[in-house]
Amino acid sequence: MSELWQGITQAVWLLITFDADLYEITLRSLQVTFTALLIACLIALPLAALLAVRRFRYRRATIAVLNALMGLPPVVVGLVVYVFLSRAGPFGVFGLLFTPTAMIIAQVIIIVPLIASIAHQSLRELWAEYHDLLISLNTTQLQRIATLLWDARRALLTAALAGFGRGIGEVGAIMIVGGNIDHATRVLTTAIALETGKGDFALALALGFILIALAIAVNLMIHWLSRTETEGRW
Amino acid sequence: MSSMFPVKVQGAEVRKRGKTLVGPVDLELQGEGVSIVIGPNGSGKTSLLKMLHGIVRLREGSVTWSCPREEAQHCQGFVFQTPVMLRRTVLENLTYPLRLLKVPRAEARDQAAQWATRIGLGDAAERQATVLSGGERQKLALARALIRQPELLFLDEPCASLDGRAIREIEDILQAVAQDGTRIIMSTHDMGQARRLANEVIFMLHGKVHEFSPAEVFFSKAATPQARAFLNGDIVE
Repeated sequence: MSELWQGITQAVWLLITFDADLYEITLRSLQVTFTALLIACLIALPLAALLAVRRFRYRRATIAVLNALMGLPPVVVGLVVYVFLSRAGPFGVFGLLFTPTAMIIAQVIIIVPLIASIAHQSLRELWAEYHDLLISLNTTQLQRIATLLWDARRALLTAALAGFGRGIGEVGAIMIVGGNIDHATRVLTTAIALETGKGDFALALALGFILIALAIAVNLMIHWLSRTETEGRW
Repeated sequence: MSSMFPVKVQGAEVRKRGKTLVGPVDLELQGEGVSIVIGPNGSGKTSLLKMLHGIVRLREGSVTWSCPREEAQHCQGFVFQTPVMLRRTVLENLTYPLRLLKVPRAEARDQAAQWATRIGLGDAAERQATVLSGGERQKLALARALIRQPELLFLDEPCASLDGRAIREIEDILQAVAQDGTRIIMSTHDMGQARRLANEVIFMLHGKVHEFSPAEVFFSKAATPQARAFLNGDIVE
């Protein structure tokens, strides 16, 4: 119990003293996760819309696989990305292993299925509602996808936030492909793992509280900016 | 006369999960006036409209317009029984069909604002369409269909579950656009409305066109006992 209290006080102390290391790893956490989130959204949202509006062979199987991939074990993703990016791997020549780019790649692979699956649920319902109208208005497939993505933007925001939550809290994969190198690839989660391993529970807890506060703050800020709870808005 | 008319329907049939919803239908429609589709529940009124508009696929037969099908569909509008509101503002719902046609944003907004005022939603232009009342939604759906100035407008029971005032407002708009030359094909359960608006009547029964005649003939001297029974308010099976 005393460690919890120490953790809280140390978290506050690190924040008010503008601890340089803390701000560096926090910024890196945000940079890696937001970049991964942006790339994942660019892939997952159009994919989810396409799965909603287009009928093709093996569509159901594709959706089932996508849903199943939501549970991808991060450590396995990390291992696979490691193999691909290692010197002997097919992309070894790019020298990406143990860089933030490798961490972004791993996070993208982990969160794309999550965002696409959640987004698909919302878009499928909206498509059922809009189907006759959009066909009646002679829309092209691209126009249908654009309309669904725009009109479901608030539901898609939830999907993106779920992806952010998964990404910012990810440790297994990015530890493997990032290597937790000080001043290079260390982020909040890998720092917590390191401090726990060293037995400095108070510092680990402090970083944990900061991570939680950060995740909540980002969620609240995005909700506030997008006015999801404004009356009369969908 | 509109360029897409006459439209010829030959042996057209729509099925869903093995069940025939409508057909086989043989029909020829000319390009003027208001056609009212009536019939008991489940007689195929909605399916007939959707079939003509091309929303549902034909299992058999054909619907042939006097111009290419794509071109014909571009000149048509459809108002559904349950109005589908885009999750946008009233104004954005009205600009949407115009923006699809690449009408410049400012011009689309001007036209949308004019229509919003015409249907009595000028003050609600920036409100979300999804919070409108049933009557307001239906008027908005009608304006959204009409803003592209369609040559042919389909309406599927547009006044179902609306109050008298909303019905009159919608009928006023329909009569005005019909007078301006828009061809209207509309289904309804309301016999009073059918008498007020119809130039010709299509009486549907069991998924088939049971009777098709000018309105004055149909209402004064329906040819079949089923149509007469329907007009008398009897249950027709």
